[in-house]
Amino acid sequence: MKITKPALAAAALALVAAACGSDADESAETDAPEADQSADEADDAGDGAGDGEATETDDEASGGECDPLPTVTEGQLTVATGETVFPPWMGAGEDDFDDPTTGTGYEGALVFALAEQLGFEADAVTFVRTGFDEVIAPGSKDWDFNIQQYTITAERDEVVDFSDGYYSARQAIIGAADSPAATATSVAELRELRIGAAIGTTSLTYAEDVIAPSSDVLVFDDNAAAKAAFDAGQVDAIVFDVPTAYFITAVEITDASIIGVLPEGGEAEELGMLFEDGNPLVGCVNDALAALEADGTLDALEQEWLSQGGDIPTLAEG
Amino acid sequence: MNDAPTSPTIDDSIAPRGAVESIGRRGWHQQEGVRAGAIATVSTVVFFGLAIFLIVNSPNWPRVRNQFFSPSDFRDAWPAVLGGFWVNVRLFFQAMALIPLAALVIAVMRSLRGPAFFPLRLLSIIYTDVFRGIPLILLILLIGFGIPALDIAGLPNDAAFWGLIALTLSYSAYTAEIYRSGIDAAPESQRAAARSLGLTQFQTLRYALLPQAIRNVVPALMNTVVSLQKDVALIAVLGVVRDATREAQIITTRTFNYTPYLAATVLFLAVSIPLTRYVDFYVARDRARRSQSQV
Repeated sequence: MKITKPALAAAALALVAAACGSDADESAETDAPEADQSADEADDAGDGAGDGEATETDDEASGGECDPLPTVTEGQLTVATGETVFPPWMGAGEDDFDDPTTGTGYEGALVFALAEQLGFEADAVTFVRTGFDEVIAPGSKDWDFNIQQYTITAERDEVVDFSDGYYSARQAIIGAADSPAATATSVAELRELRIGAAIGTTSLTYAEDVIAPSSDVLVFDDNAAAKAAFDAGQVDAIVFDVPTAYFITAVEITDASIIGVLPEGGEAEELGMLFEDGNPLVGCVNDALAALEADGTLDALEQEWLSQGGDIPTLAEG
Repeated sequence: MNDAPTSPTIDDSIAPRGAVESIGRRGWHQQEGVRAGAIATVSTVVFFGLAIFLIVNSPNWPRVRNQFFSPSDFRDAWPAVLGGFWVNVRLFFQAMALIPLAALVIAVMRSLRGPAFFPLRLLSIIYTDVFRGIPLILLILLIGFGIPALDIAGLPNDAAFWGLIALTLSYSAYTAEIYRSGIDAAPESQRAAARSLGLTQFQTLRYALLPQAIRNVVPALMNTVVSLQKDVALIAVLGVVRDATREAQIITTRTFNYTPYLAATVLFLAVSIPLTRYVDFYVARDRARRSQSQV
């Protein structure tokens, strides 16, 4: 069994490579002997062989593997994002709601800036929409990276790969003007209220760990479900990251307003792009991201899309 | 009807021809039994062995194992998922109290004869058509989000309550049809006889038809119970009801690990398998009792 495992992996590698087209055939021929070698080594190494291969590709990535870029479709950057993207992240222009291709919004603009940095023309960038489970389920992916405000955590990093962070968001809480939450000045005053947050977000972790309300936190699948619960009076206050809170209160739950920015606590929300585990492209994207940060592009994009006017109070801790 | 002792009878008829031959035959039968057992064992081992071999040697198995069968994630998720499972159990029992009653009313309405009861029959037909026709998940979404949003004074706005109502509407429509099939299966002469004795329509149903009908449809009803026990999990789509599935989903979206779903699966199986076995046992016992009483 120990011998067949790497052999199967080699066969699978060759198949994948063959499926990629004529250019990839050469790399399949060069890859296969490598895999055979590691199969011999694997007799002793056992399960460690898989990990060894992964680090090998990682090392290659940082060592000039970015030319040509190891993208799923050669010459194309295939970017995955969520079904319904919303401002201020993507589609934040005049008439382009839910349209990631216009390059508006912070993440939308970032994708095109990264693409340029990586050497792609704007028309070489294609978008695909993904559901949550197809993103995290094991198996080959038909996109290069996925960008939709994924928070980087150590647990998640075990199953997927993340780029470096491209934004760190604070949490805010929204509620109706006449709700008991509206007058809250500290986190402690929120504890007796019915608090909600969206599933899979840092906002939910924050609500459960930092606010720790006396009743269960209400968990919504998306903004629409949060709005439904809010309209039905099932929830007093909802936690969102600050940029999303501005969008939600301005466009979707217009009866609510931002009560305050929440004090830092729990995990810091660093947003990162998500890659299939072991994807060698991570290093290339990180290099491009670092370049954008160094030349001030990242700051400029943040100023353009994520800076909001107005004075929102920060709630006191405890 | 009396076909149980068939094979001994044949054996007995053969026996007088030669006792030795009969013993030889018995030995042969025993040998055959051993041989069949051995073949069954070997083929089972080979089949499952091959299946496991294929799974364990698939290229992505190490990742699948970590993401679906991680003992540490299972342990971490267990308390939350178990806590959520009590919500499922509570909803299950509440639904079990409501559904048979609602279904009985619908079935009786549909079984009433005579032009005066036409509106009731029509109502019952519309009810079963509509609520059987809507996928349960849509019904839960529509009722669970729609009715609380109306903000009608006096009505609860708890999502779990409306999820329960949605389950009851759908399941009572199916259950009403099961009752009706039982009522229709009672011979028409029974109804005629009861009516000719001077019983009213309701009395005919209550004393002559329903007792037979319900007894006849118990196996079908039990099957519905097993199905309901699992479908309670659909309430999770409302999001705000934190049942076992939802708790598992919440942890999965945080950690990107599917093992919490396995914890929920184990809990549902722990209830549904004994329930299914009991239904089988009950149906078998019921059949045995009936065939006896018919002799």
